This record gives sequence, C-alpha cells and structure tokens, in this order.
Amino acid sequence: SSNEHKLNFKKSKEACLSYIQDALLQKQWKRAAEFLACYVESLEKDYSREHIGPSEMIWRIGTEILWHHSQSSMKEFNCFIEQMKTLGVKRYLKVCLEHVFHLLCNGQIDEAYQNLSLAESWRFGEQTAIQDKEMKLIQAYRGLLDYYSWSKQKNILLEHGEDGFSDLAVEQEMHGYFRKAAVSLKEIIKIPGVWDIFVKCYVDLLEFYGDHNEARQVLNEYAYNSKFPANPNAHVYLYQFLKRQGESKKSLISALKILHDIVPSHELMIDFNTMLQKSKKRKKRRLGLEVIFTALDYAGWKENAKAWSCLARQVKQIVISEKHLDWIKQEWSSRKDWWPAFHFSRYLAKRNWQENKNLSYGKALVAGLLLGKDCKYFKYVSHQGCKAQLKRFRMLKKFVNRHNFVYMRISG
Amino acid sequence: RDFNERCAQCSEVNWGLTDGGGFYCRSCHNVIERTREIVNTDFITNSRVQTISKGSKKQEESEGGCEWYICEGFQLVLKKQVEALEALGVHPQMKDEILCNFWRCYLQKSKQAYCKRPAAETVKTLSVCESSTDVDSDPERPSILHLLSLSESEGDLQTDCSSFASSVSKVSESTSVYSGSVDGSLYLMKNQKEKLRMTMPMTLSFCYMALLWMREPITLSEFLRFVVEGHIPYLNVFEHFPEKMKLCGLDLKIFCVESWPVYEEVFNKMHELAAYLDLPRFPDITESCFLHPDMLCIKYLMEANLPDELHNWTCRVVKKIGIGEVDFLTLMPGNKSTRKVKYDVLAAAVIIVVLKLLFLLDDCYEWVLSEFAEERNKNNTEGGPYFEFKRWYEVVKHSLDVKQKKLNEERAKYLWRCEKPLFYSVKKKSKVLKRRQMVVNLQNQFGKLSGSVQRAKKPNPSSFQLSWSEENADGSCFHGHSLKGVLQEKCGLLTAMNPDYWLCTVKLCNEKLCGHLAHYREVEFPQSYHFVLGLFSFLLRIQPSYIHDEVCMIEHKLFNKKLYKKLKYNAVLRK
Repeated sequence: SSNEHKLNFKKSKEACLSYIQDALLQKQWKRAAEFLACYVESLEKDYSREHIGPSEMIWRIGTEILWHHSQSSMKEFNCFIEQMKTLGVKRYLKVCLEHVFHLLCNGQIDEAYQNLSLAESWRFGEQTAIQDKEMKLIQAYRGLLDYYSWSKQKNILLEHGEDGFSDLAVEQEMHGYFRKAAVSLKEIIKIPGVWDIFVKCYVDLLEFYGDHNEARQVLNEYAYNSKFPANPNAHVYLYQFLKRQGESKKSLISALKILHDIVPSHELMIDFNTMLQKSKKRKKRRLGLEVIFTALDYAGWKENAKAWSCLARQVKQIVISEKHLDWIKQEWSSRKDWWPAFHFSRYLAKRNWQENKNLSYGKALVAGLLLGKDCKYFKYVSHQGCKAQLKRFRMLKKFVNRHNFVYMRISG
Repeated sequence: RDFNERCAQCSEVNWGLTDGGGFYCRSCHNVIERTREIVNTDFITNSRVQTISKGSKKQEESEGGCEWYICEGFQLVLKKQVEALEALGVHPQMKDEILCNFWRCYLQKSKQAYCKRPAAETVKTLSVCESSTDVDSDPERPSILHLLSLSESEGDLQTDCSSFASSVSKVSESTSVYSGSVDGSLYLMKNQKEKLRMTMPMTLSFCYMALLWMREPITLSEFLRFVVEGHIPYLNVFEHFPEKMKLCGLDLKIFCVESWPVYEEVFNKMHELAAYLDLPRFPDITESCFLHPDMLCIKYLMEANLPDELHNWTCRVVKKIGIGEVDFLTLMPGNKSTRKVKYDVLAAAVIIVVLKLLFLLDDCYEWVLSEFAEERNKNNTEGGPYFEFKRWYEVVKHSLDVKQKKLNEERAKYLWRCEKPLFYSVKKKSKVLKRRQMVVNLQNQFGKLSGSVQRAKKPNPSSFQLSWSEENADGSCFHGHSLKGVLQEKCGLLTAMNPDYWLCTVKLCNEKLCGHLAHYREVEFPQSYHFVLGLFSFLLRIQPSYIHDEVCMIEHKLFNKKLYKKLKYNAVLRK
C-alpha cells in the first residue's frame, strides 16, 4: 500500500483487472462487465512486453461474461467474437476454434460448420505455417461435422432401405461426406495426441465401407505407437474392434494386456479375467487371477457381483484341483492385512445380504476359503442363507467346511 | 502569412515566421525588422529573439496545420488550467498578472523567448517530412534545419546531411524523428543541466506557485485532488489545443501523461522553479491567512469530525514551537536553510500531535479514557456529551472505509484515453483510429451489460471530502463534544490528564541523505496512531510516511529541551 497514491495507467488497469477477476469468480457478470468496459482502452496502449496482452485478456474475459450474462444474446456473442478475430492475427485460428466450440454447445451446428470452413480457407503469410496445429484441429473438427452429416444420411438411407426406397441423391451425398470426413480425420490422427473421438469416427467410417485393414492399422498405431501419449481408450477401441471382427482369444487377450497395466480397475477387466481363466496356458490363468484380485482392490468394485463371482469361480477351481494354491498364497499375502476389513466386515456382511444375494454368495465363497469358516463374513452369510433355506448357500457351507484347510495353507 | 511585400533581396513573396515573431524570406533567408506577436494569448511580447528557424514544409500547412513550438503548447495548457481555477473561484488577478508574469519570466530565463541567445551555443533541430523516409536521396533539398546562434550574421541556413545523420543516431526514438511541433525533438534532446525543462507536472507547479503567491485558500493536496477529479485540465489537456496545432510524434512524449503527479514531485519542483526564476520573498502568510496552521487546523478538525475544543490545543502547540511565525511560513525562494513548509501536512501533523498529547494513542490509554467518558455520558446527559474516542473511531472508520473503497473502485475504473486520437506518425493513424473505434464499440457493448450504471458525472468540486452534520440525531457528529473527560485543572490551567508521551522517533534522520526525517513502518507503531495517520493520508491523498515525518519534526521541536538534556546526559555518561 506504499504506492497506493502513485497512480498511473498501468497500475490503474492492473487494479481494474483484479476487480474483474473477483467479479468473475463470484459470478457477478454485471459487475465484471462494468469493469471490463473500463479496461478495454488498454488496447490502445502497447503491451508487447507482457506475457498476456490486453487483447487476449479482453477476448477471454469478454467471452466468459457474454456466455454467462443473462442479457447477452448469441448474436451479441458472435458479434463480439468477430471483433476479437480481428484483434490478434497470431491468435486468429484459436479464436475461431473456440468460437466453434461455443456454437456447438449452443446447438448451432450449421453455423459452426460455416465458421470452420471459413477458417480453413484463411491464409496469412507466415502465420499460416506458424498456426499449423490450429489449422489441423480446425480441419479435424470440420471432418468431424462431415462425419456427423454422413451419419445422418446413412440413417436416412437405412430407413429408406427398409421401405424399399433407394435414394441415389442421398447416397451420393453420403459418400461425399465420407470422403471429406475421411481425409481430415486421417490427417489429424497421424499427429501424436489424444484423438479419441476422431479415431472412433474414422474407424466407424472405415468399417462401414469395409476397409478393415486400414481400420486395424489405425487402431494399432493409436494404441501401440510410443509417440502417442498413453491412452487407455486406445486399447479399448482396439479390443472392441477385434471383438467385432471375431478375432481369436489370443489377440483379444494381448489387446487388453496393456490396458490392465495402465488401468487395472477398468471395467473390461472382467472380460479379461473371464478369457484368461479359460485359457489352457498356465501363465494366462495365473495372470487372470492377478487381474481379478487387482481389480477388487479398488473401492469402485466392492459391490460388483460379477467380479466377485469371477474371483469365486477361479479360486474354487484352484482349490478343487489342489494345484497352484501357491498362486492364491502369493496374491493373498499383500492383501490379508487389509482385505478383511475392506471387504469382509460384519457390517458389510449384513448390508450385502440385504442388498444383493449374488454378491453375498460370491464374497462369502471367497471369504470362507481365504479366511476359514469361522470368519465373520462367511459365518453370517452362510447362516442367513441356510436360514432362508437357499440351496446354494447350503452347498456353499458344505464346500467351505470341507476345504477349511485352505486358509491355513495360504496364510502361512 | 498575410504579408505581401516583396523581399528586398530576392524579390520573392515567400515569408515565414521566426521564433521571436520576426519575418524572414523563405527563398533567401533574409530577415527583416518587421515583427509579429508570437502567441495569441493575453500578454504581449516586447523583445525580439534573434534566431532563425525554418518552418515545416508547406505540406503541413496545406493540411491545415500550423507551426507551433512546445512552449506555445505549454502556454496553452497553463491558460486552460488557470481558467479552470478561475471558474472554481480563484481571483482573476492570478491569470492576468501573476501566472503570466511567472511564465514570461520562465521563458526568459530558459531562453526560449524574450532574449538573445548566447553566441557560443549551437543547437540542432530536426523535422523530417513524412513523405521522405530516405533523407539522403536528395541532399539539395533543405530538409534539415540548423538553429544557429547569431548576433551578427543574418540568417545563413545551412543544410548538412552528414550532421543530420549523426544527429539521428543520437535520437533513440523510432526511425523517423517526427513531431507536429517545430521543436519537439529538440526539446527532448536538450541538456538538462542549467535549464529547467518544462513538463506537464511542472504546469501544476506553476499553478500552485501562483496560488501560493496569491495566498488563495487552497492547499496543494486539495489542488492535486481537483486535478485528479478532473476539474483542472491535465490529463488529455491537448484536447483543448486548436485544430491547427497538430500533435504527433515526440509531442506525445511531452504532452501526454499516463500518471498522476505525486505531491512531493509538484512541491519540490515548485520550489526549484521559484529559485530558478529568482523570485523575491513571497507575500506573507499571516495568522489570518487560510494557509496558516491555525486556520487549516480548523478545517481539518472539522473534516476529521473532531471536537472544536481541540483547536485551542492546536493553537497552543503552533505557538509553542513557532510554526505560526510569518518568517517560518512564508516562502523565501532559494533559501536552502529553512525547511520547505507543506501547509496541509503541517496542520494535519499538529492535530495528530495534539491527539497524542491528550489521548496518548498507545492502543490502551485512549480506550480507557473512552470508557470513562462513556460511563459519564450514560449517567449524565446535561451539559453536552463528553468526547468518546471509541465512538469517534467507529463512526469515522466506517465512513472512511466506505470512501476508501469507493475511491479504489474509481481508480480502477478510471478512463485515461479521450476522443482525440493520438498517433506517433501518420502511417499509424489509420491503425490508431481503428483501434479507437473498436475500443468505443466494446465500451458500449459491455457498458450496456453492466446494468443501469451510468458513467458517473464529475462530482462538483468540494473542499470537504467528509462532512458531518450536527443535525444528525444519531450523534455521529463530534464537533460539539467536550474534552472535559480528558482534561484536568492544575493551577488554574487546563492540562491533559495524560501524563505521558511517546516520541515517534528519538533521532531524526538527515533528510538530505535519505529523503525522510523518519521511516514509517506500520507494524512498529500503535494501531490508533496508524489509524489517524491513515485518516489524514486519505484526506490529503499522500502517503502516511510524509505526515509521519512532519509529526516527528513537530515533536522534536516541542520536546527539544528535554531531548537536548537527555542527549547531553548520555554524552556525559559515556565520558
């Protein structure tokens, strides 16, 4: 506050900005507009040394205010953005792109498309080369909207197809959109990045036109090219594609391996475990056990009946065969300290029983085998089950009693 | 330009105007005796300047521009400012006699007019045509000027490309040295040692100097506040320049300000100016003068909502330390031994010292006193209320906070630009105009969205920023409150109940070395003291440390004997 009384242009505008910031944070759009109106004259001053100049500030702040202000219309918003486009040529494509996003949020797909096309045709000396990345994005989104149009045409055709109509014009249009979309989408996914939506759409197009090889190549690139950032979705898309293609279990399993490494709690882990369990290869079965145990480490899986039944099935199978009890021992050693409280408390026993019998069954089986027949969870559930005269719980009780030695073997 | 006689030397009719208003022939540079009034203001020039300068190219004239010099610009600024002061109630004598004489004297001293240039001096000036970016292309054309000293030789205008090239490299501006005025670049290049170069803040120093000479009832802090509030032209004053005085290029550096001048700056410059102009002793500041501490204390006590009774005490302090003496208060330019008096700060500091005397302000005693007063006021309503520090603090703090918040917001919303566009060169004109248009559009667009808030009109200038009315039933006005609660009678005299006093600083710094008498840090002083400093800091729009300095100065004068004794004692001990 020692320089409070020394007021100059720069300090005045800095203070103005901080008032705007406060107003924005408190969603006081009117107040923010009031101060922004005072700030805009910064445009007439040279700020070339600052990191973020007033034109960028005004663009970003003005966008926020106009987007949220109750009295602001889309027309005003568009008018403002057009002015912003003229303000900074270095930012031109960025502003165009964000404008398109806003239009899309507002459901104005046609306007968005127009803007994208316009931006695509923009040329400005060396700026065109410098803003190459933005240009690729613009082309990609234009391609995406082309895909969207293609999709609409496709649906129309399919409907008509059922009626027995064949509309040549629609078909031509559809193919036209396909070509435009395919070209743009193919371009963007060459660049390392996260392009989930582009990849999905592109693969959809390729599959429709029967180019499965290309599709497979694209998905492999997306999943396995180390230049691309690690992206679990890439593996999911690949897996889904291979599944659609009816590929062998072997390739399906290899597709899910990296997914397990990146996201052990992914919902596909159930599929993964199911396939691995059934494998003839010992290594794969071993992996399957690891996969299902790891998945159940996560809180989100606690009440997943299917997962518990997978684990139960595999554990039961191992116990019956009396081979590879050491696998269970290995998996259990790092979990025996916290899984009982995490999964097998008496409170959970009661709750699970109330809410989901299947869940209780699976969990009880696992608990009984891993912790013995005297564990809280198993005791409660089997007791309740027998009381309710449910056959499978009686069978469960017998089974666990018979194999009560297991928990001693694995906890040592 | 209306002169149509043929030149004696070359028989051409092609006349231009020199600095001093003399006529010269453009074709052969013959200077004739005929002179013309240089400026269109109220005062008349009698002396001639024997210098030559060539006007700008005919091109500029055809655009409707005219030749003008920087000092003409400043003259216009001063004229506008003093007219505004007149509108506020200042005596017209200030404009017609005082200020214009000061200005004339300044022009003379700084050798911009009314004098002979010394023979030895050679100054170069540049004025580049907008059309010729490559000056070297035509060395024959007289595109460069030399301002020569001449007492004997009459007007030889030389053109010298090489010297132009070397001059250009000295100028650190953009590649084309350009100004709408004739001597814009010259002005910025001048050696500052002897001459006091005119600047925009200095126009305020001029005004204040005149106000002081006239002993007008306005303090420097008040004057500066009026400037900031827009009642005195300062920011964007060039809006008032006539159409034909084109402002561009380096002129912008001189006339466009983007900050408000600080009190210290204007104050110091004023004193420098007074000395520079060799002014005599200013008219006496006597007891009946507005600027006398006794008078100013009345004003500030009122504004600070303090009891009128405190005035007795401020007068006593003023008398005791001699700061009410005519010789102390009156300005003697060039006298370096006396401390320059800041009348407003002085009065504020006196009040603060009195508050410390009566209330101690150690964050403890004043509240204790306040409690007693509160008790008394509850039980006994006759004879008027006793002054309660606590209530006063609450009331004043509340108002102060509201005003401060409003002021901060106003500062953040301040609009610096004006309608008249400014541009460095004609090349940039269209860009500047486009920007201006966009700014106006955006202002309209977002202005509409800010609700019904209209751009507030300039508030009428008022001398009082805080006002308290005794008619308010809530008792928020303390002017009439009594100090009986903090006073006692001793030997027939009223003295403070408070027996103690704490000095702001035991030793004063050397002002010349470190610029301050003391160094104020909020954390080292009681909150109450900080509060009263803050109050006057707001009223005077200056930093608290300046008031703190004055407080220290007054305290040292007041307790001089005791301090002297103590220091002597310490010295004795050390031996």
